[in-house]
Amino acid sequence: MDINDLRTLSTVLAFVAFVGIVIWAWSGKRKRAFDEAASLPLEDDAPLPPTGRAGS
Amino acid sequence: MQSQATYNYKVVRQFAVMTVIWGIVGMLVGVIIAAQLVWPELNFVEWLSYGRLRPLHTNAVIFAFGGCALFATSYYSVQRTCHTTLFAPGLAAFTFWGWQLIIVLAALSLPLGFTSGKEYAELEWPIDILITIVWVAYAIVFFGTIGTRKTKHIYVSNWFFGSMIIAVALLHLVNSAAIPVFEAGILTPRSYSAYAGVQDAMVQWWYGHNAVGFFLTAGFLGMMYYFVPKQAGRPVYSYRLSVVHFWALIFTYMWAGPHHLHYTALPDWTQSLGMLFSLILLAPSWGGMINGIMTLSGAWHKLRDDPILKFLITSLSFYGMSTFEGPMMSVKTINALSHYTDWTVGHVHSGALGWVAMVSIGSLYYLIPRLFGKTEMYSVRLINVHFWLATLGTVLYIAALWISGVMQGLMWRATNPDGTLTYAFVESVKASYPFWTIRVIGGLLFLAGMFIMAYNMFKTIAAGRAVDDAKVLEPAHAH
Repeated sequence: MDINDLRTLSTVLAFVAFVGIVIWAWSGKRKRAFDEAASLPLEDDAPLPPTGRAGS
Repeated sequence: MQSQATYNYKVVRQFAVMTVIWGIVGMLVGVIIAAQLVWPELNFVEWLSYGRLRPLHTNAVIFAFGGCALFATSYYSVQRTCHTTLFAPGLAAFTFWGWQLIIVLAALSLPLGFTSGKEYAELEWPIDILITIVWVAYAIVFFGTIGTRKTKHIYVSNWFFGSMIIAVALLHLVNSAAIPVFEAGILTPRSYSAYAGVQDAMVQWWYGHNAVGFFLTAGFLGMMYYFVPKQAGRPVYSYRLSVVHFWALIFTYMWAGPHHLHYTALPDWTQSLGMLFSLILLAPSWGGMINGIMTLSGAWHKLRDDPILKFLITSLSFYGMSTFEGPMMSVKTINALSHYTDWTVGHVHSGALGWVAMVSIGSLYYLIPRLFGKTEMYSVRLINVHFWLATLGTVLYIAALWISGVMQGLMWRATNPDGTLTYAFVESVKASYPFWTIRVIGGLLFLAGMFIMAYNMFKTIAAGRAVDDAKVLEPAHAH
């Protein structure tokens, strides 16, 4: 096995890993976790409304 | 409730203010060299000649303006999305003073003629070592903050900032590898590249393109993924798209460098590979642009009267434009026309002014009031004026250089029926003058906008107070 086989292998592995990431990102199971993550920057915005309002 | 930790705003404040200052300095030098092209008599002394000021301009706008903007926004958003204060505040303060020292050393050494001759990596080896030390400190502060986070997730902007920090470290170390010498005493450092010939060229443009890809793209996308949702008041359009956007950029950017070396001694297959990966880059780039712009979906009315959002969304439009133009220019047949012409310079500025500067300016207008205890800038009207000056300046600049670039390319390749060249090189220079004059005007408009920003900033600071008591908030789902 020469160095070019390693190069080919690493390229193919990188591609497979990327396809894996796409499938993982679009799997329904990640939906909740992604929604949580997406709200991270907005959590600390304005002071939260006083408790008891907004149906809580 | 026991006393809470507070966010570290001091270092963010310092970097934010210096972003504006260095922006003015870097863009002023840009206007000067643009004017030197039109009026060569402005090259009156060697220290301020075009050849010395040009690397000063690129270093100042990329690493001083862009760098300070990245430090400020990454330090701000990593604390707030991790719900914790900055890790190792002493080291964070060191990154500020260290980075300023590097900028001052660059501003002195480049006009004096010290250069290692590598584009965007001109600084001599003692400064290179200092950059490495400051960058490692930055990595410790940033990843330390992520390591001590109170949230479960690492928000996507932190992935982009983090990849920028790692990739820039790698690029800087490999490309700056050189035999360091002092030519005549301690004040005359010189370096001899560790690489030779075409390898040196390939390493340089692997560095050069990824400086664009990671410093000027990934870093500023981190900014985009935090500040666009903040200013729009809604979460990013598609979080899963942002994840795929991130990994697609990571997997492809590193390969695109060879498109800077089309039709050179670089092996042909390497050129074609670079072209192919540059074309692939269109997909993740546009995915990211769409993700950013669509964050406003359902809230487009906000764009009508919020000049900060105008800056952010326009920056994404320019990002989309230049990431379409870039892959097209990497196609070898198109590159045969565009290479070595003003088209390249225009392309760079559509990214640099339109994307990098505008997204930074928008983010800073969001940031500055919050760092100084105000709800908004001193004058929102002036932000609007700045927006139109910046947009008009960018459009004038890039349109002028598109025309001169294509014109130069066509003139250089024109041949007479007997095979001789139709034009001497100097004729293409002469034909470029009107467009170079328009470029000076475009640059002046953009610079004028930066002065207005500085005025607005200092007025905001004067009326505000340094906020050092912003409490670290508990993650929402923890209580």
